[in-house]
Amino acid sequence: MRNCFADVFYDLAKADPRLCVVVADISPAGSIAKFRNEFPDRFLNTGVAEQAMIGMAAGMAQRGLRPFAYTIATFALYRPFEFIRDDLAYQNLPVTVVGVGGGVTYSTLGATHHAMEDIAIATAVPNLSVIAPCDPAEAAAATRWCAEQTGGPVYLRLGKAGEPSLTDTAAPWEFGKIRRLTGGLAPEVAGGDVAIFGYGPVLQLGFDLKERLAARGEKATIYSCHTLKPFDEAGAIAALRAHDRAIVIEETTPTGSLGRMLKALAYEHRILTPIEAFSLKDEFIHLYGPHQDLLAAHGLTVEAMERRLGV
Amino acid sequence: MTAMPALAQPQIDPTLAPYWAYAADFADAAPDERPLDGFDADFAAQRCKAYRQRILDISQQVSALHVAPAFSCVEIVDLVYNDLMRFGPGRTAADIGPDVFLMSKGHGCMIQYAILEDRGVLDREDLDAYCRPDGRLGAHPDYGTPGIAAATGSLGHGMGLAVGMAQAEKMQQSDSRVFLVLSDGECQEGSTWEAAMMAGNLGLENLVAFVDCNDWSGLERMSEAHRAFHPLREKFAAFGWEAVDAPGHDAEAIREKVLNREGGKPFVVICRTVKGRGVEFMENAPIWHYRSPNPAEYSTAIHGLTEIRN
Repeated sequence: MRNCFADVFYDLAKADPRLCVVVADISPAGSIAKFRNEFPDRFLNTGVAEQAMIGMAAGMAQRGLRPFAYTIATFALYRPFEFIRDDLAYQNLPVTVVGVGGGVTYSTLGATHHAMEDIAIATAVPNLSVIAPCDPAEAAAATRWCAEQTGGPVYLRLGKAGEPSLTDTAAPWEFGKIRRLTGGLAPEVAGGDVAIFGYGPVLQLGFDLKERLAARGEKATIYSCHTLKPFDEAGAIAALRAHDRAIVIEETTPTGSLGRMLKALAYEHRILTPIEAFSLKDEFIHLYGPHQDLLAAHGLTVEAMERRLGV
Repeated sequence: MTAMPALAQPQIDPTLAPYWAYAADFADAAPDERPLDGFDADFAAQRCKAYRQRILDISQQVSALHVAPAFSCVEIVDLVYNDLMRFGPGRTAADIGPDVFLMSKGHGCMIQYAILEDRGVLDREDLDAYCRPDGRLGAHPDYGTPGIAAATGSLGHGMGLAVGMAQAEKMQQSDSRVFLVLSDGECQEGSTWEAAMMAGNLGLENLVAFVDCNDWSGLERMSEAHRAFHPLREKFAAFGWEAVDAPGHDAEAIREKVLNREGGKPFVVICRTVKGRGVEFMENAPIWHYRSPNPAEYSTAIHGLTEIRN
């Protein structure tokens, strides 16, 4: 995912001299290293200084550049939060804050490196768009959009590397629109028994669950809610209405999550489709091991979901 | 229901030259034609007196404003705008000139507003509608307002923004300089030093900063309560800056330091100033950080204004 980001950025940056990268002491992935070698003047490393990373990116945007600030999600968003709010969002500057390792991706590093609440925090800020692609192809499309837009700041939440492709048979990615990943390329909402909503690489679990549901004759449709803000309310309402029940899968804590957002939306629009939400627990879990083990400790496995759903 | 009482109209003393008398002098000559060595200290002192007068006038329209924090940096900001900075076309549509001014101590912006009005960037109506819902000027400068390069108000943001701006100018082969005014208090913010270190790392010669050392943070005197805060000049020097001290109300002295800099590094002048300078009863009196004088105090203040030379 981050390599896809880097490849797309490198290609666009070759043609657009305004694009530049500001990192805070993180080794640049794949093509960003190539970008650094070719355009050393457009690659800045502030060192272990994330407030300077965001403040400088804002100042650079105010003087005509299009910076991407890039580091591990916790350090990209939490440490310099007030700088993101005041410098980027209040001033509405076209800066992309790339947070790698969203959720509990860095599963052996402890909660200091887990961006568990980033969706709630980022979506709470006016003007700040929030995008969380589910696979490398979505990351590429989102990166392209971020590099070409001039509207305002974006928090782009990425995983790490090696995520499977989930969107091979989906309609093209569109900013601010939920995206149906299964059931053909036609843009209209497909009806069915179950709608599965989610974002980020954890949406893989949605595909696993879809298979289990199919085995007992339930037809599920999967939607990537890659743009958490501005949220595609109309699209979500239509999808909720078109299914008998809905399931949400996401790698974030419950407060301010997509699950809560969809439940609120359903309530506001008198939609009675039941919604089952699966997310990280509101807990720091002191477990160190593979990513999927930490997700399991949070209850994010297909088996745990089946148990709760009574499948 | 009783009508809201009308706000007191400023009682402007007719024997005092109105602040806008000075604006006429600028209107006649293209500002960027004034040579750098043409600094007229007498005229600058008159101008600064007029700016203080204008700020006191506005104080009579609102219940509170940051008078004293503006008065400590009048001479610094006047020197930047009316001498060091070039006005005219800039690189972006919003620019008032090729150079950039950033008021990191956003609460000092009354002096910036007064000067922008004087230079014709803001209208008289803008200042008259200060902090009113029908106006566009708030107690902290807002991005999007003419002449305002960035929204400030939260301390510790200006250095990072200015370093990014200076670096961006350098990356785009521009000869623009970025002028930055900081408070001493915000040099307690770690973010100021993160960015200051980057300025040193990047050798941002096009960044010129002034620290308005009025020795007052919100609660107490910096020199008494934070004894490791000084010396400040050495701290900047250690971070890769060319750093000098200067008396902060002596525009000629500050100017000389700026013009005689060695170059090759970001440059900072540590300006020793007096909070509330120009109105005796406001000087070093914490209550005037954010307060409007009542009519009697206003009158005393106006009649006590002098042309300050150091």
